[in-house]
Amino acid sequence: MLPGFATGRPVSPEAFLVPGDDVVLKKRLADAALNAAKSKGASYADVRIGRYLNQYVTTREDKVENIVNTESYGVGVRVIANGCWGFAAVVDAKNEAQLAKAAEEAVAIAKANSKLMKEPVQLASQKGFGEVSWKAPIKKNAFEVPIKEKVDLLLSVNDAAMKNGANYVNSILFQVNEQKYFASTDGSYIDQDIHRIWPLFNVTAIDPKTGKFETRKSLSAPMGMGYDYLQSNPADKITGVTTRYNKGYDMLEDATAAAQQAKEKLTAKSVEAGKYDLILDPSHLWLTIHESVGHPLELDRVLGYEANFAGTSFATLDKWQSKNFQYGSKQVNLVADKLQVGSLGAVGWDDEGVNTKQWDLVKDGVLVNYQAIRDQAHIIGAKESHGCCYADSWSSVQFQRMPNVSLAAGKTPLSVEEMIKDVKKGIYIIGDGSFSIDQQRYNFQFGGQLYYEIKDGKIAGMLKDVAYQSNTQEFWNSCVQVCDERDYRLGGSFFDGKGQPMQASAVSHGSSTARFNGVNVINTARKI
Amino acid sequence: MAILTKEEAKKIIDKVLAFSKADEISASLSGERTGNIRYARNSVSTSGETTDLSLSVTAVYGKKSGTATINEFDDASLEKTVRRAEEIAKLAPDNPEYMPMLGQQSYIESKAFIENTAAIDAEYRAKAAFSSIDPCAKKNLTAAGYMEDNSGFSAQGNSKGLFGYNKSTSVDFSVTVRTADGTGSGYVARDYNDASKLSTQTATEIAMQKALASVNAKALEPGKYTVILEPTAAHDLVQNMMRSMDARSADEGRSFLGKKGGGTRLGEKLLDERVTIYSDPANPEIPGAPFAADGRPQEKVTWFEKGVVKNMYYSRFWAEKKGVKAIPSPGGFIFEGGNDSLADLIKGTEKGILVTRFWYIRSVDPQTLLYTGLTRDGTFYIENGQIKYPVKNFRFNESPVIMLNNVEAIGKPVRTNGSLIPPLKIRDFTFTSLSDAV
Repeated sequence: MLPGFATGRPVSPEAFLVPGDDVVLKKRLADAALNAAKSKGASYADVRIGRYLNQYVTTREDKVENIVNTESYGVGVRVIANGCWGFAAVVDAKNEAQLAKAAEEAVAIAKANSKLMKEPVQLASQKGFGEVSWKAPIKKNAFEVPIKEKVDLLLSVNDAAMKNGANYVNSILFQVNEQKYFASTDGSYIDQDIHRIWPLFNVTAIDPKTGKFETRKSLSAPMGMGYDYLQSNPADKITGVTTRYNKGYDMLEDATAAAQQAKEKLTAKSVEAGKYDLILDPSHLWLTIHESVGHPLELDRVLGYEANFAGTSFATLDKWQSKNFQYGSKQVNLVADKLQVGSLGAVGWDDEGVNTKQWDLVKDGVLVNYQAIRDQAHIIGAKESHGCCYADSWSSVQFQRMPNVSLAAGKTPLSVEEMIKDVKKGIYIIGDGSFSIDQQRYNFQFGGQLYYEIKDGKIAGMLKDVAYQSNTQEFWNSCVQVCDERDYRLGGSFFDGKGQPMQASAVSHGSSTARFNGVNVINTARKI
Repeated sequence: MAILTKEEAKKIIDKVLAFSKADEISASLSGERTGNIRYARNSVSTSGETTDLSLSVTAVYGKKSGTATINEFDDASLEKTVRRAEEIAKLAPDNPEYMPMLGQQSYIESKAFIENTAAIDAEYRAKAAFSSIDPCAKKNLTAAGYMEDNSGFSAQGNSKGLFGYNKSTSVDFSVTVRTADGTGSGYVARDYNDASKLSTQTATEIAMQKALASVNAKALEPGKYTVILEPTAAHDLVQNMMRSMDARSADEGRSFLGKKGGGTRLGEKLLDERVTIYSDPANPEIPGAPFAADGRPQEKVTWFEKGVVKNMYYSRFWAEKKGVKAIPSPGGFIFEGGNDSLADLIKGTEKGILVTRFWYIRSVDPQTLLYTGLTRDGTFYIENGQIKYPVKNFRFNESPVIMLNNVEAIGKPVRTNGSLIPPLKIRDFTFTSLSDAV
């Protein structure tokens, strides 16, 4: 995964309030492309008319560094002709002739590529849904909030951090709105309105005497929500050693805590390397799930299509076929999902017209499924796609992307306090930090934001210089407990990278706090 | 149409400047044609070509700036874009760190544009992919690769008299070759301005050799080892250090170049005395852009000389505040070396590990520039000057600063990812765990 950046043309913020084209016009444009594709010999065609709005506000201390407003609009046409895929895209397409031309180009490319094809595309059948729509259930559209209000919020967050001992603070607000219209020769005309938001900051504290510095990032999550995510709500706060947040983020409160904790880190005890029982908060565990479960179970990776960039996967088809590959312990249930309200992956239909759903990847510890789209379903003997096809722009070809992948909450009532009470020698990790995993997803190393030593069932103080290393199967088999649903929260990635040329995608990962026994912890302190 | 001549570009920019009523105005015009072909499982998966031409206009009132872009170039569209940039500027908050636009500058003539790269077409790409796939298929190996070619120009001008124009081409190729049973994997990457220097077949043959030679890897205990880093591996760690040389972060005390008690480590010997790293946009092997995005000229700059920190890069705001020259961050960089080839370095090694490349490198501690990552696609044990057998991949936790204090030998630099990087022989490189990944 890699950081992303704004694409599209800069616009004034008022442009965000101008509605996109109505569905009558979009249907007419789409039909022009579908009819042109069919008349040129395509056996299947789909059209994506996309309007993508982005607003990024960046500040540091008492200054606004940048406000970026962009809009991107265009159409992508994908076809199957002579059994082969072809794709063409056109920017700012506004009339039927442009759409028809793009469709003809896509058919020509498919026919040319079919000469190099080894076997024809096998597309899982999909019923058409007629004219339908889906809107993210947001309460407050972030694009309707004046920029001044957002700038004031970030500057007040920075001020709170500075007043509480930070030497520096950077804060950012990312907002995205995807207005997507999909149509296909299956008879679907799908209009969708998707919103994402991610407020975040990074606080730095410096000890000038030693020349050391420490940082603490926000404990927010990127969400499939509107500006309502920034409404503080006591019911969404999880108190304890530090406050964490569910679907209402109190950025000001978190910045205050972050500044104090960054300072505390400067004098925290450096960890002694060795084996520890790890208690991992959902604000941390999401990234471990993402890297060690989400990516290795992408079917295109398993098959070798990503071998030159992201890599392949240890979770090979024979392991799945054996029906007894113990991915994790019996406590481990990992679920793929495109429905979860407030998640980054939630949509009504994916980018090839498949209705979204939920399915098991790992059940009671055993590997039971992958993530597959329409042209892959037959490989795992499935009759239908999982509905996890996505393109990051109208100009990109859609391909298999990770749905939300989450660790199911434990079924037995268990709180974090009860979990910690049983740990003799452990570390409680909150927030995501450094992350790295090999190209087949065996060996990984993760850091965090906050580390607390657990001694004989009690929190014994803050640690630093902590990272844990493990192997995916060993790690998930060392999972002995998962807290119940009261502790369940989402984390996620706003800019997950995959493919060449690379495309970004946003995905959530939920869990409750979980315990992993006997994990190898290293000390990362060095001297230069 | 995507690549305008200097005269065509200047004509459009001059028109834009003439339309403006703002305190300051700048226009930046760029165009490119990018093509790519991607393959996996010995078969082409995607290929395409896009062209783009766009103009970005920034208007400034006092310390407020606004930017608008357009891809239509008639007078009415140009004027509309200028007005839009002016409107956005008027609504923007003051930027207290705004720096007035630069006046006329003098730039070197870049040699980064090569006609035959600009002429690459779909047929060329298909042939390049075939030349990589075919030898693999014949040996029952599996290739997954990607080639991207780019030709483009960028021009900028402003109301203070600045004008710059540059055009360049590039081609980037990489391939991963795996054995049919997935127990061996090899990799190679090449990048050039001149596509005639690229043979996808010759490059692929190296990845094929590595794939075949890496089957049945043995597990060695993690620990400190003497390593020979091929340029691709050395590049990734050294580049992370070069990207961390921002002067403001150092002055603020949040960089590896910050000093106990305040100040920076400029002038301190931080690396082995054999380490000299500089950048030079006029270098014929890695011709760079003549100007940075904000119009500052790119010049030859020495960053480390005999291990001593000689320069850091500055924003114009920070340089003015500190009263120093505002040196922009470089494009590629040049790590000076000797004449030894990779084979010479291997020959001179009693015991060591040869590393083809690293993967998934992430920062662990910005204070010490500690990074973690893994070896990938060809890791071998060397004994008595010879490659003895393949070894399982390792995870490392290492800082380029520590690594460049443990230098045993520096080979002959070769072009790698737009920089000139030698193979490096390093002692006590820290591997912290084993990976089963192939």
